[in-house]
Amino acid sequence: MSGLQVRALSVSHGAIQALRGVSFSVEVGELAAVIGSNGAGKTTLLRALSGLNRPSSGSAQWNECEMLGERPDALVRRGISHVSEGKSVIPELSVKENLVLGGIWRSNKGDTNAAIAEVVELFPILGQRMSQSADTLSGGERQMLAIGRALVSRPKLLLLDEPSLGLAPLIIEQIFATIDQLRRKLGLTVVLVEQNAMSALEIADTGIIINLGEVVAFGKASELIDDPALRAAYLGY
Amino acid sequence: MQKLLETLLIGVSTGSIYALMSLALVLVWRSTRVVNFAQAGQAMLSTYIGFEIASRSEIFWLGLACAITAGALLGAGVDFFFMRVLFKHAVSGPAVVVAPVIATLGLLGLIRSIVGLIWGGEFKSIEAPASKDGFTIGQTTIPFSALNLLIITTVSLILITLAIIFQRTNLGLSLRASAYAPEIAQLAGIKTGRTRTIGWAIAGGVGGVAGMLVTSYNFLSPYSLDLLLVFGFIAAVIGGLESMVGSVIGALTLGIGLTFILNYVGTSLVFIGGFAVLVVVLLLKPDGIMARGKVRRA
Repeated sequence: MSGLQVRALSVSHGAIQALRGVSFSVEVGELAAVIGSNGAGKTTLLRALSGLNRPSSGSAQWNECEMLGERPDALVRRGISHVSEGKSVIPELSVKENLVLGGIWRSNKGDTNAAIAEVVELFPILGQRMSQSADTLSGGERQMLAIGRALVSRPKLLLLDEPSLGLAPLIIEQIFATIDQLRRKLGLTVVLVEQNAMSALEIADTGIIINLGEVVAFGKASELIDDPALRAAYLGY
Repeated sequence: MQKLLETLLIGVSTGSIYALMSLALVLVWRSTRVVNFAQAGQAMLSTYIGFEIASRSEIFWLGLACAITAGALLGAGVDFFFMRVLFKHAVSGPAVVVAPVIATLGLLGLIRSIVGLIWGGEFKSIEAPASKDGFTIGQTTIPFSALNLLIITTVSLILITLAIIFQRTNLGLSLRASAYAPEIAQLAGIKTGRTRTIGWAIAGGVGGVAGMLVTSYNFLSPYSLDLLLVFGFIAAVIGGLESMVGSVIGALTLGIGLTFILNYVGTSLVFIGGFAVLVVVLLLKPDGIMARGKVRRA
């Protein structure tokens, strides 16, 4: 079984169980949207997958290799990149430095420079701002930079945590369109965590709806959108 | 006019040594959130090792190289064997804030005792690498000596090297990223634990240089670097504790300020003067002189 296989994943924060036996799978090249309200456990799920927190039980395999128990820096080397919540760029560094950071684990600087050139082709606005400090960017540009930084590592599996957070509706639309384009262009497998259910499901192949740390629905995104019960209960429209 | 210029030059020379200590403290604070009081001890032990080599070989620079190496190894060792273990056990609550401070103070005491056991408490001196006699211009001799000039040059070279490492290399970028945003650094693939230890090693090496330079015009004892720690810390706070550039500017300000007090007011007020400079700066700019909005700078 290639792709991402998550089985019975549980995570506790002290006495609170944030995730209880979460299982789902994402095939290579697919985009899976993880939908749920605030505090449902979406971010916890991504942090467990990228090695930022330690699950209490369960397994997660990427192309038949176990991910859980590995540190984030080891997972990056295996092609798994996580863009954490809230425009994860380092404002003290320049745009260029933020991008270089994405390939800093490589010993070959040439690969990183080539990857940066590709990212700049995808996000031309970043090319014009290379020497500026990242805190001078707008919210949308920061999000592009955060995604761009992850792309410099040339990931196979991209974990995106709420890329729409704090952005204006028009910019959100752009970001989702961009994510859709680049994952097709680069053949990426994407796990997209979102509160913005409708926009996320529209570009997704599969949808995973999480509530109170459990998966309440898992299926084709188009079917989830059309399910009246789910719409009323979790999608809020 | 001449006295003013002399005071300024001596001030820069004194301040440049403070800059090294202050830089060492800032490097550790940025990456680990610990004010490393043991830095004085680490620098002292490194200086004793440098002193031993310098007096046996009669080559100051060989002693300096050994002090840098010893300082770097000590710094890395303190992070690896003390701080990592400490942070593994103290995860939350007041212990996280207090435990490292107590630990570094304890370590300072420990290193002092070890040094006392090996070298004894008496004052030692290192043969200075340049003349301590002031330059003579025309008829007058000024207090600024070849040794002062050498100190300024050495510190400048070290600062330039550090600036190149931090601004131009991947190691420097890793160090900055890990200090500013450890989680993002980790997600970018940086081994943040290892990077932090390297930061401690750099700080330790820099502290070793500070110890050797102070000792070159002074004497060495298990307590002789305490004042350097105090002034280095004041300089770091003046610079805002986060900024390396700020720590250097803070140290030069302090060095010049103290030399002015020494030359124009009196010797007895120098120690108090250090705190007076700190209070004035904190009243005017509570986040240090480099504070600019919320964003930290390299």
